[in-house]
Amino acid sequence: MIGYLFRRIGGAVLVLFGLSLLLYGLFYLAPSDPAILTCGKGCTPERLAEVRHAMGVDDPIPAQYAHFLTGLVAGRDYPAGPATRHCPAPCLGYSFETDQPVTTLLLDRLPVSASLALGAEVLSLAAGIGAGVLSGLRRYRWLDRIVNGLVLAGYAVPVFLVGLLLLLLFCVQLQWLPFPSYVPFTTDPLAWAQNLLLPWVALAVIQTAAYARLTRAGIQETLSEDYIRTARAYGLPERRIIWRRALRGALLPLVTLTAIDLASIMTSAVLTETMFGLPGVGQLLVGAVNQIDLPVVVGVTMLTGVLIVAANTIADFLYAAVDPRVELR
Amino acid sequence: MTALVVADLRIRFGDTVAVGGLSFEVPSGGAVGIVGESGSGKSATALALLGLHTGAAVKGRITFGDDDLTTLSDRRWRQVRGARIAMVFQEPLTALSPFHTIGDQIAEVYRLHTGATRRAARDRAVEVLRQVHIPDPARRAASYPHQFSGGMRQRALIAMALSCRPQLIVADEPTTALDVTVQAQILDLLDEVRATTGTSLLLISHDLGVVAGSTDRIVVMRRGVSVEQGATAAVLGAPSAAYTKDLLQAVPHASPPRKIDGEPLLRLDGVRKHFPQPRRGSWRRPAPIRAVDGVTLDVRAGETLGVVGESGTGKTTLARLMAGLLAPTSGTIQLDGADIGKRRGGSVQMVFQDPLSSLNPRRTVGESIADPLRISGVRDPRARVEDLLRRVGLERREYDRYPHQLSGGMRQRVGIARALAPHPRLIICDEPVSSLDVTTQAQVLALLEDVRAEFGLTMVFVSHDLAVLRQIADRVAVLAEGRIVELGETASVWANPQHPYTKELLAAVPVADPAEARRRRALRLASPG
Amino acid sequence: MRALRRDRGFLFGAAVALLMVLVAVAAPLLAAAAGQDYTTYHDNLLDSARGGVPLGRLGGISGEHWLGVEPGTGRDLFARVVHGAQTSLGVAVGATILQVLLGLFVGTAAGLGGRWADAILTRLVDLVLALPILVLAISLLAIVPSNWPRPLLLAAVIAVLGWGGTARITRSETLTLRTRDYVAAARLAGAGWSRIARREILPGLTAPVLTYAALLLPTNMVVEAGLSFLGVGVRPPTPSWGQMLSSATTWFRADPMYVLVPGGLLFLTLLSFVLVANGLRRALDPRQREVLLQ
Repeated sequence: MIGYLFRRIGGAVLVLFGLSLLLYGLFYLAPSDPAILTCGKGCTPERLAEVRHAMGVDDPIPAQYAHFLTGLVAGRDYPAGPATRHCPAPCLGYSFETDQPVTTLLLDRLPVSASLALGAEVLSLAAGIGAGVLSGLRRYRWLDRIVNGLVLAGYAVPVFLVGLLLLLLFCVQLQWLPFPSYVPFTTDPLAWAQNLLLPWVALAVIQTAAYARLTRAGIQETLSEDYIRTARAYGLPERRIIWRRALRGALLPLVTLTAIDLASIMTSAVLTETMFGLPGVGQLLVGAVNQIDLPVVVGVTMLTGVLIVAANTIADFLYAAVDPRVELR
Repeated sequence: MTALVVADLRIRFGDTVAVGGLSFEVPSGGAVGIVGESGSGKSATALALLGLHTGAAVKGRITFGDDDLTTLSDRRWRQVRGARIAMVFQEPLTALSPFHTIGDQIAEVYRLHTGATRRAARDRAVEVLRQVHIPDPARRAASYPHQFSGGMRQRALIAMALSCRPQLIVADEPTTALDVTVQAQILDLLDEVRATTGTSLLLISHDLGVVAGSTDRIVVMRRGVSVEQGATAAVLGAPSAAYTKDLLQAVPHASPPRKIDGEPLLRLDGVRKHFPQPRRGSWRRPAPIRAVDGVTLDVRAGETLGVVGESGTGKTTLARLMAGLLAPTSGTIQLDGADIGKRRGGSVQMVFQDPLSSLNPRRTVGESIADPLRISGVRDPRARVEDLLRRVGLERREYDRYPHQLSGGMRQRVGIARALAPHPRLIICDEPVSSLDVTTQAQVLALLEDVRAEFGLTMVFVSHDLAVLRQIADRVAVLAEGRIVELGETASVWANPQHPYTKELLAAVPVADPAEARRRRALRLASPG
Repeated sequence: MRALRRDRGFLFGAAVALLMVLVAVAAPLLAAAAGQDYTTYHDNLLDSARGGVPLGRLGGISGEHWLGVEPGTGRDLFARVVHGAQTSLGVAVGATILQVLLGLFVGTAAGLGGRWADAILTRLVDLVLALPILVLAISLLAIVPSNWPRPLLLAAVIAVLGWGGTARITRSETLTLRTRDYVAAARLAGAGWSRIARREILPGLTAPVLTYAALLLPTNMVVEAGLSFLGVGVRPPTPSWGQMLSSATTWFRADPMYVLVPGGLLFLTLLSFVLVANGLRRALDPRQREVLLQ
């Protein structure tokens, strides 16, 4: 177990290392020179050299990468005119655009994306499992059909399209809801939820489809297992068979999926945030991309990478926790 | 006094008749066997006794105590299932829920039917686990099924069956998935349980040897009807129905010994095959699995060498080593003095266990047989392939059919034809008949024997079934934990086994003679272990 | 095959999908037939008092402009939509083909290669599967020079980031297939690995890979639409449905038709491809295994 944990974390660090190398290589070797962009119009060669020095892009590339890694682990010092300023670990540098530390920028935006992802996940789990169980039991043909149709439609509709249609319907035509704008949970929980409702629904639609499909398949597969037949042969009532035996087996894959989805939903929130104008990490990324603000781009990408790797690791442990057959060694 | 009376039972799945008018009785405290090949309707009968059919029309009368089971409501059925009639299934691997402990599963059934307290139910679970000889039952009750071996799982399932003290236990192929020695233990246990608790037993099997030793009466089924029934000793001793005679005839018999004086064709010298285990957690590599661990033997030209072993003894690995499909970790394997790994052409061929997996489902059987011919440069092999098909007892037109369109026995014939195609000198058969019905098994064995004689082949025949080897092999090698513990002429090994493991194996072999079966059970129970 | 012919959902999906493909291929012809092109501005059709909303009902639908005109520019919406189909489908199909080729190659190499090849390739696949696709695609597309051919680039980026699933499926199927006894029989008959790969393994891979690829296609369309929506997709004036929806976000209050036309088409096309994929899965995959979309 402990050995597994260490190996798992070691593997995760390796993946992240690979990711950072890839990112660094791609973004810092890219044809567009960030210094020229920062320097702006009427840039003199002397001024450009200064900017380069301040941004730390005048060193050879491997040295830059080494600095970047050092910054991540131990923090680093940036020259700022005659003095230096210290960027504490984990240092991702300063935004070319706003000159704020990337770490701060990320931390400021994270609660918005987390609110969005968590709410959408809860919503889609509840709806997906509910629909999946109901149609998996095949009690009502019409219900099965509806779920089937919704599942397929859910696969076929992009987040931003759902978002646009929701806005059109609820904010423009019916005027039931205000146009979403983020209110922190700590300020006003009710307004927080009210404003996030449409983004949650938009994000949850696709996830719900996936969960419903998986739950339904799981239920049907489990119900055909031999141990369900044994339970019937020993007189267990159908309700008990479904709740105590079948659901257990059917929902198992969902446990791992949920952890992984929570991470991937945060990346697909890029679209939702842009769509609804929510100031989350995704919006930060889109802004940074348009300004070629490389430290921010690298920072966001690294953050999502960390989230995905962490989620995968957690998923493995969860799986071992719910399935007695799985042993982590 | 009868526990169960089945009268004119008819079961249909849509237009298919699974059981067409079956009648029999199970006396109180007695043991009845139902024997039949696949498709005989025996399992459909078992499911009907518990009302477990969902998509089938069940007609006729099943009288159990004062009830006609076919007319019960769902609620009344649930009071019968598990409490008065309990079932033991074929696959112990999947018949128990993997997510609940063995003890919990037994206790749940007991509580459901008796309304006992949690504590009482847990105690009952431990008690029945002890009754089926699970060591340290109080602790093992907290284990999950995957922590039990196959035999122990089947014991646990029997414990579950016993928990509510049913009047009848229905055991549907309870030992088919188990090793021979474990099979004998489970059959002994069922016999013991019946004697000590006074419950009746309905034992369903495809294997005459399984029912011979454990039942008083048997019903022989074929295509949904009983062709013969009566006292076990009478039916098996003096069968009246032709089909029963065929079945008995198909049970492997000893064949007269042959004199083999060929030179060694295949020589194995100190052969080991170790599979490394993946490194996990600690930095040290775990010890490798020693699948084959030092085997030295000669296969003489013209002989049939039998290799017997239970699951996990490395017999399949050994077969693949002999065919050159695996490279040994150490030791040498030589065919006619040349290393087997460097052999070119088709001089060694194999016949595999599962004829479905051994034929590519996406190619016609003719193409599969033609392959080795094409590789060796034959331009248009169709005529040759059709000859081979006819030689193994198939029609020429089967060339263009796909494996899933053929029966199991026909597929195995195709497998044999493919092995014959490149004119091999040695054919290695890995459990070639273990997935076949008894009568088909007999036909395939006869075919193998024929082609061996006709083409002057040498054969290695790997099997878990000593009875089959007794019929086909000239010599037998007994494999245990990757080593050969005994090697000798078949007749002498059979009559006078030297190694304790061989003796245990022989004692466990099911025989179709009830008196002999009882004698062997007595022997097994007398010698502990 | 017979099962497919009776699957009404599949038949509907296949018909619509086929129609869309035809529309995409014949886009210039269709636009010409309507007497329009996708670049000409029609300022005279816009209500300058309301900031450039099309004049007339339903986004300015008329005998000349079958689906109305674009708000702000007055470009013909029908011409833009059919050319958008060309972009969306072209990018998605290109990306899918690339993904399948890459995945098949890496997957079979990992499955048939030795222990080391398998270990390294499996690591690589894990890495690719762990990539935050959308985030990386946005970043990548933002830094490439804007004069590179955009649709090709889009297809390449989507493919390079998204071949992991195909590779994983191919690898695991190959690993199962290679343990089949018929592969052993082929080896005993003297067949080399390349013959085995061609004759015994590849035919077995068709069904699972085809089913997976059928689902990849709509997924790739969604990704392309998303990237164009975020402004890193095709460059104007080349139209794409995602890009049209993106500009619709500023107009949808005044001109709902501008959302509904490209949105409806996108939905219909995606739905038809999902229906085709679903039908294929049911017909080809007897185990009814669920393939999860990312």
